[in-house]
Amino acid sequence: MLRGTGDCMPGNAPMLTILIDGIAYGMLLFVMASGLAVTLGLMNFVNLAHGAFAMIGGYVTALAVNRLGVPFVLTLPLAFLVSALVGVLAERTLYARLYRRSHLDQVLFSIALVFMAVAAADWSLGSSQMLITLPGWLQGRFEVAGVDIGRYRAFLIVVCAALVVGLQLVLTRTAFGARLRAAVDDQRAARGLGINVGGIFAATFAVGSGLAGLGGALGIEIMGLDPTFPLKIMVYVLIVVTIGGTATLTGPFLAALIIGTADVAGKYYIPELGAFLIYLLMIALLILRPQGLIAPAR
Amino acid sequence: MTYTTLSSAGSAAAPETERRASRDLMRRVRWKPAEIVFWLVAAASFFLLPDRHLLLSEIVILGLFALSLDLIIGYAGVVSLGHGAFFGLGAYAAGLTSIHLTGEPLTGLAIGGLAAGLLGLLTGPLLLLRASDLTRLMVTLGIAMLLLEAANRAAWLTGGADGLQGVMIDPLFGRFEFDLFGTTAYAYCLVVTFVTFLIARRVVSSPYGLSLRAIRDNPLRARSMGIPVGPRILGIYAFSALIAGLAGALLTQTTMFVSLDVLAFHRSADVLLVLVLGGVGYLYGGLVGALVFKLLQDWFSAITPEYWMFWMGLVLLVVVLIGRDRIDAAPRTLLRRIRGEGRA
Amino acid sequence: MQRRSLLLGAVLAASTALAGMPALAAGGEPFKVGLILPMTGAFASTGRQIEAAAKLYIAQHGDEVAGRKIELIVKDDAGVADTTKRVAQELIVRDKVGVIAGFGLTPLAMATAPLATRAKVPAVVMAAATSSITEASPYVVRTSYTTPQVTSKIAEWAAQQGIKRAITVVSDYGPGIDAEKTFVASFGAAGGEVPQTLRVPLQNPDFSPFLQKVVDAKPDAIFVFVPSGVGAQFMKQFVERGLDKSGVKLLADGGITDDDILNGMGDPALAAITGFHYSAAHDSDANRAFVEAFQKANAGMRPNFMAVGGYDGMHAIYAALEKTGGDSDGDKLIGAMKGLSWESPRGPVSLDPETRDIVQNVYLRRVERRDDQLWNVEFETFEAVKDPGKTGS
Repeated sequence: MLRGTGDCMPGNAPMLTILIDGIAYGMLLFVMASGLAVTLGLMNFVNLAHGAFAMIGGYVTALAVNRLGVPFVLTLPLAFLVSALVGVLAERTLYARLYRRSHLDQVLFSIALVFMAVAAADWSLGSSQMLITLPGWLQGRFEVAGVDIGRYRAFLIVVCAALVVGLQLVLTRTAFGARLRAAVDDQRAARGLGINVGGIFAATFAVGSGLAGLGGALGIEIMGLDPTFPLKIMVYVLIVVTIGGTATLTGPFLAALIIGTADVAGKYYIPELGAFLIYLLMIALLILRPQGLIAPAR
Repeated sequence: MTYTTLSSAGSAAAPETERRASRDLMRRVRWKPAEIVFWLVAAASFFLLPDRHLLLSEIVILGLFALSLDLIIGYAGVVSLGHGAFFGLGAYAAGLTSIHLTGEPLTGLAIGGLAAGLLGLLTGPLLLLRASDLTRLMVTLGIAMLLLEAANRAAWLTGGADGLQGVMIDPLFGRFEFDLFGTTAYAYCLVVTFVTFLIARRVVSSPYGLSLRAIRDNPLRARSMGIPVGPRILGIYAFSALIAGLAGALLTQTTMFVSLDVLAFHRSADVLLVLVLGGVGYLYGGLVGALVFKLLQDWFSAITPEYWMFWMGLVLLVVVLIGRDRIDAAPRTLLRRIRGEGRA
Repeated sequence: MQRRSLLLGAVLAASTALAGMPALAAGGEPFKVGLILPMTGAFASTGRQIEAAAKLYIAQHGDEVAGRKIELIVKDDAGVADTTKRVAQELIVRDKVGVIAGFGLTPLAMATAPLATRAKVPAVVMAAATSSITEASPYVVRTSYTTPQVTSKIAEWAAQQGIKRAITVVSDYGPGIDAEKTFVASFGAAGGEVPQTLRVPLQNPDFSPFLQKVVDAKPDAIFVFVPSGVGAQFMKQFVERGLDKSGVKLLADGGITDDDILNGMGDPALAAITGFHYSAAHDSDANRAFVEAFQKANAGMRPNFMAVGGYDGMHAIYAALEKTGGDSDGDKLIGAMKGLSWESPRGPVSLDPETRDIVQNVYLRRVERRDDQLWNVEFETFEAVKDPGKTGS
């Protein structure tokens, strides 16, 4: 069994193409995982139903594009909003009751939610793959300095990079961000300072769910969408959050990029490793840095 | 009495406190009436429900698997999302034994358990990383996924996705054939589970088990008391892996088939779900949880094969929201109301 | 707290005695068909299609055969083999079914085959596609297809077209590897060369590294086998990379342009040339009637190859029961099924009396847009193809 050596067409630079593919995939993972990283870090709540919000966003976009003819790019904010809304509702009515419960109870709770979400999606939208057709300007490839880049991948990188920058700015430059960081570092002290921690929880959960929804919408093209999506995506998201650590956003960002590029590059250069690579990489990284890539400052 | 090691960790405790402490601890070892009722009913189910033996076997196997998880989560405080690895390894070991070595069930069972226990010993050190629950969760998950992929690759040995063909199990003790009604299978599973339970019970009520609980509650303090935290956790992890392997072996032997599915992620997720449902930390949680979960699943699935998951999720949601404490207290509260007593 | 939980557990255990349903009345008049399908989980769409088709068959042909009333019992196994086995056992032992059917995946069928032998109950495989299933028990009959049956003809056709170098891209699991081996063997036998065999992990969200390798190697064609559903992703990324314009032909097992989702795949699907045993666009009256009735009964859902497997499976059961005059003895039913031939919506089919496997036409199809919908349009037919996995071709 021969392996492609990647050194054929001049001006093709497959290595860079693979790199870009990997970065795009990693960024997508980050968008989906960022919400979980924050809720886990902030609220110390194990929310295994995070993937369900991604699924909601995905279906919103798919339905808007397929049945209502809304242009793809316009459905993205819609996906964010709907997921955020569902998130806020769920948080106020259900999640808030479990903040003081043990992690295991939270696991049971979130799995119960996933069951219901999967079955509900199945019932209302069918169990087949939901597909969308991207607008023409997002399809195909273009060449930059001899490197072949997929348009959608480039789009993903741009959108996700903007999101990352935006999130970081909100965290570091706004009052809300400051309050959020205070609450993450020390909830009791933050409460003592008069910071409305409950409100921050709700807002953060909403944004986290919204981001998940956005990730789900952006991911339809790459990962597909069907009612079992929450289950499929959770493992990857958990890997990113665990490796990256929940104390910062930068940690999961780096972790997502590493996972994304390693996954794609690994399959290209060492295909025999196949599915082993991701898990070996994760275990290795966790052994080296058990607290996450960027450990809490304490 | 080795109980004194625990109480001498502070002031010179008064003999009265010591006596009370050891009496309290002894209480855990004695069998409670409810426990006896539980096992009597389990035995009775064998005779009273002859046409449900197949489902009951499945419940018992899942219960045993959950019991093994309880040992590490409930007693040692180690969470794992990869226990399916041991279950699957035990299943395959038993299957391969029956094909290449002997179809004698007890041999296969023992080999399954030992293989899983060995894997537990080998991977246990990874748990001792100074890490959060989440890290441990993902490391165990990673190991399980690696094993799944390995089994997929080694299709020449494991039969790959199509499953292992030709698993034939000899009659138990040369006499009791594994019949179509699942009678022998159920009796076999029930007895193995009971015996394993007895051993596990012994372990957790022993000084070793108590030290585990100390570790679970506060590892730092446990270490300062002189309890060797690392080796203890490793020990219970290996033991728990062994039991999970036994459960897997039972599955292979009673269904005479094993495929990659035994290593799938949903095995680890389901067993965690079942255990949390039944309650961690008192050994019966896994069995009760398996019983409730499977019965509900069977019932819902018969009503709506397509959407039973929704109702299942709803029930679990309600259970969690109400909270186990209130559910556990329900019979007592009910009794109290009936009797009209005011005693707390 | 412990005490209460134990009491609860004991009460529950006791209540199973009350909850335990009595076994239904033995055999007698109604002939029960136990349909075990993955109704939930990753393969739920398979279960959905087959159940709909089976119900359609019963609705169209009535629920009485040779004086016996047909009762369909549908059970979910969620795609887990030990559940399939337990459910099958319960159906046989408690519900006393005359036939078990369904089997969405190979391990599910393999786990149940010994049971069929032991209980002497026919097992009709309506979905699973590995050759060896029918050899696992003399009571197994298949109405779906086998991967080698289809793949060998794709390879043959490819060689006929003058394709010299082809790379295989398959999902790294049983059926995928089967397809790869069959293609390599058949294509090689026909004079072609397979310089690379790429295997994609099953849990793989991103095909880009594998497609990049294809771009690097520049073969005449690639042969693809991925589970249906994933195929859509693959096609999109294939087209996204410009491979459809680069002269590399995309050949695939028809599962990639599964009728269930074909319409949603959009223009990228037009690049595929597939080989398969059923297309919803098959040009026959029987098929047109089938598709119309199916869509009417199922809110416009288009039937796919799973549905036709279920539909024909029911036909085999009905025809066999008719032949035995209502006798539900397993041996007699199997004997009656052997050699059966009829006109299925997919074309003419028959059940090989020696292997109990399905013999059917294999079609080469292109995806075309008609009336604003995408269809697999057949343009070449290989007639009465037997499973080469057994006849050793």
